[in-house]
Amino acid sequence: MLYIKCPWCGERDETEYHYGGEAHIVRPENPDELTDAEWAEYVFMRTNTKGVHRERWVHSDGCRRWFNVARNTVTNEIVSVYKTGEKPDLPEAVTTKPAPAKKAAAKKAPVKKKEGA
Amino acid sequence: MSRFSIFSLARNAMSWHQNWPRQWRSPDPKPEYDVVIIGAGGHGLATAYYLAKEHGITNVAVIEKGWLGGGNTGRNTTIVRSNYLWDESGLFYENAMKLWENLSQELNYNVMFSQRGVLNLAHNLGDVRESIRRVNANNLNGIDAEWLNAEQVKEFCPIINISKDSRYPVMGATLQRRGGTARHDAVAWGYARGADDMGVDVIQNCEVQGLMIDNGTVKGVRTSLGDIKAKKVAMACAGHTSVVADMAGIRLPIESHPLQALVSEPMKPVIDCVVMSNAVHVYVSQSDKGELVMGAGIDAYVGYSQRGSLHVIEDQLGSAMELFPLFSRTRMMRSWGGIVDTCPDASPIVGKTPVKNLYVNAGWGTGGFKATPGAGWCYAHTIAKDEPHDLNAAFSIDRFITGALVDEHGAAGVAH
Repeated sequence: MLYIKCPWCGERDETEYHYGGEAHIVRPENPDELTDAEWAEYVFMRTNTKGVHRERWVHSDGCRRWFNVARNTVTNEIVSVYKTGEKPDLPEAVTTKPAPAKKAAAKKAPVKKKEGA
Repeated sequence: MSRFSIFSLARNAMSWHQNWPRQWRSPDPKPEYDVVIIGAGGHGLATAYYLAKEHGITNVAVIEKGWLGGGNTGRNTTIVRSNYLWDESGLFYENAMKLWENLSQELNYNVMFSQRGVLNLAHNLGDVRESIRRVNANNLNGIDAEWLNAEQVKEFCPIINISKDSRYPVMGATLQRRGGTARHDAVAWGYARGADDMGVDVIQNCEVQGLMIDNGTVKGVRTSLGDIKAKKVAMACAGHTSVVADMAGIRLPIESHPLQALVSEPMKPVIDCVVMSNAVHVYVSQSDKGELVMGAGIDAYVGYSQRGSLHVIEDQLGSAMELFPLFSRTRMMRSWGGIVDTCPDASPIVGKTPVKNLYVNAGWGTGGFKATPGAGWCYAHTIAKDEPHDLNAAFSIDRFITGALVDEHGAAGVAH
């Protein structure tokens, strides 16, 4: 059971929340110009991070507001909780801790996405 | 390889069973192989077995970060069935079912395949319509399936509660009589023994740390035991597929989730079939030791921790109590978690990748065990011919671009 600190209500049990998937996936601004591959990237492809993962949660049994959580998917440690529209940098020590052996991980996804709200 | 038979059993009884040979070697990796398979679970070992047996490719290594069969192969609830809705999946899983039916003889290894019948329950009118549709679709594809009403369900599985006042009333069920369970470890061990006998190297405690890629073509793997060159590299590392694919710069439509299961204390035989309910996330069977083997739903969040949250198990056991009031005082003995790769359409990915000579077998979600022989068989074909077999052609990565998804959420054991 995770304990998640809602930015508005404070710390509550995981059962009060619902998970909303990977955060910071921005809807394309030019949908009619997108190729099928670019649509697939937006709709289906996910980073599925082993390590610190930025994700959305909604406090569905509380204030019913959405927010973002940075959580380590290996240890379940919650590194940061922040409001929608924000994207704070995470301490380097935190983001590199879980998978020290993996060198290639620094390489980002091939399709660049515009980071928005 | 010494064959198992009544005679070898008798012969070894003379020496108090002290002299059975080891069933596979533990070789050091060679510098180069024709095919390196990442992951020595059921799928990886089955692939190696069929590469050697069907395609004559024996210069193969199966490398494994942990121990053989220690991932999802050793963590699942061992259910085997082939009652999937769409033609693509139905024919694919039915091919696996046919391989299951002869697997113990094929491998000379008792995988304890028990065709005890699998019930998939329907709890509301939507379930009923969807289930009957699936029975009809199965019959058209030559897959055995029957629709049972609530009384017939009670007759088939007498301990089930079919009261109309139940929180999740049983309105009927589909039944696949050829479905059942198998001993999960034995499947991995049997394939490892068979592959090893044909010259395949099974290398444990060897973690993949990178892929050698030159000009869009894979040349080998970097491992904790040094670099290994390979003409072809095949992923069979469910749970961590995204991690390995990321080493090749490949994006996949996969998310990994914890999935939990648990067993009760051993008790006398009470349930001689498999009961599954997609809607309330209960699936129950009884092992030969007498333990009730039960699975829960997946945890909603992405996770690699091989453990899940307690409330998921609480929900699942609550539903199980409604269906089987008899279990109310049963004590649960152990629970554990595995990491499942889930695809958006609840169908797997078995095929080629954008990197030449690199192949992917992933996205089995919560139901990869039942596919083990069929997945290995098709995957071996794909690797050997560099072209998917007709049976797995539909399960390419490209389907997420073309839109030709194979939506099996209705037939999957657990919603995800």
